[in-house]
Amino acid sequence: MIDPNLFQLICFYAFGVVTVGAALAVITLKNSVHAVLALVLTFFSTACIWLLAEAEFLAIALIVVYVGAVMVLFLFVVMMLDIKQEQVREGFIRYLPVGIVVALVMLVEMLALIGVRAMQAIPMGANPAAAAGMSNTAWLGTALYTQYLLPFEIAALILTVGVVAAVALTLRQRADRRHESASQQVRVNARDRVRIVKMAAEQPARTTAQPQQPGDQEAKP
Amino acid sequence: MITLSHFIVLGAVLFCIAVAGLFINRKNVIVLLMAIELMLLAVNMNFVAFSRFLGDVSGQVFVFFILTVAAAESAIGLAILVLLFRNRSTINIAEIDSMKG
Repeated sequence: MIDPNLFQLICFYAFGVVTVGAALAVITLKNSVHAVLALVLTFFSTACIWLLAEAEFLAIALIVVYVGAVMVLFLFVVMMLDIKQEQVREGFIRYLPVGIVVALVMLVEMLALIGVRAMQAIPMGANPAAAAGMSNTAWLGTALYTQYLLPFEIAALILTVGVVAAVALTLRQRADRRHESASQQVRVNARDRVRIVKMAAEQPARTTAQPQQPGDQEAKP
Repeated sequence: MITLSHFIVLGAVLFCIAVAGLFINRKNVIVLLMAIELMLLAVNMNFVAFSRFLGDVSGQVFVFFILTVAAAESAIGLAILVLLFRNRSTINIAEIDSMKG
């Protein structure tokens, strides 16, 4: 029987290796479509790691929002734009040493900072949501709808602004398009359309030719 | 036993990979946007870990807001990218220099 803590650690390392490998693939792959798919894998394995940290709601939200919406948007844009691969790749080798050096220096600095605290090795305590007698979603929702209600509303507003901005940016008006203006249609008045004129009543002009006698037709046969 | 530093180290590694991605992909705006997404993911990892280990819900609420803002950001960023490609027929950063920044 394997120790649950050890199993958790093995899972963490497995997901962590997949996450880091997929993240490396994102920045090195030639094909943009493959890079987007690697980023999907990164998000997915990160969601698994968040599940290990018992942040279930955020893990599912990451998959639904990122993998389901944002990455699909990325895929659409990548496939819509006609990118020349070789042109995009030039300069990759030239900037590679700089990128590696900067990233490594940053990593060493951060690890040095973390290492000071890591000596204490704080173990994962009891799940705070379970301690409060709730599921993770209820725990998060309780805080979100009471303490953080105003930021929550502002977040909704930001999303609306984002939608409007994205549509307004990409909307293209063609010059030769025939269209009808709804506001002009609403504002129309009967006065502008129909002109009522006053005039005297007029008799139809009397025809000079006499109408045929009704008796003629019957008499023929 | 998973400790707090496991999560933080993973977040730091992800962040550094994203920074390296910003450096080496000078030509492709789409990969730059994806590197920014990776950075946000690394920050979110730290928030989730600290929220879990300190037993404070605020960290997870903040991750929620970061996800919201990042979604709006990438939508607008991609819209700008589409507009740029329509007008200039390129997403090469070296050629997008009309602002002389």
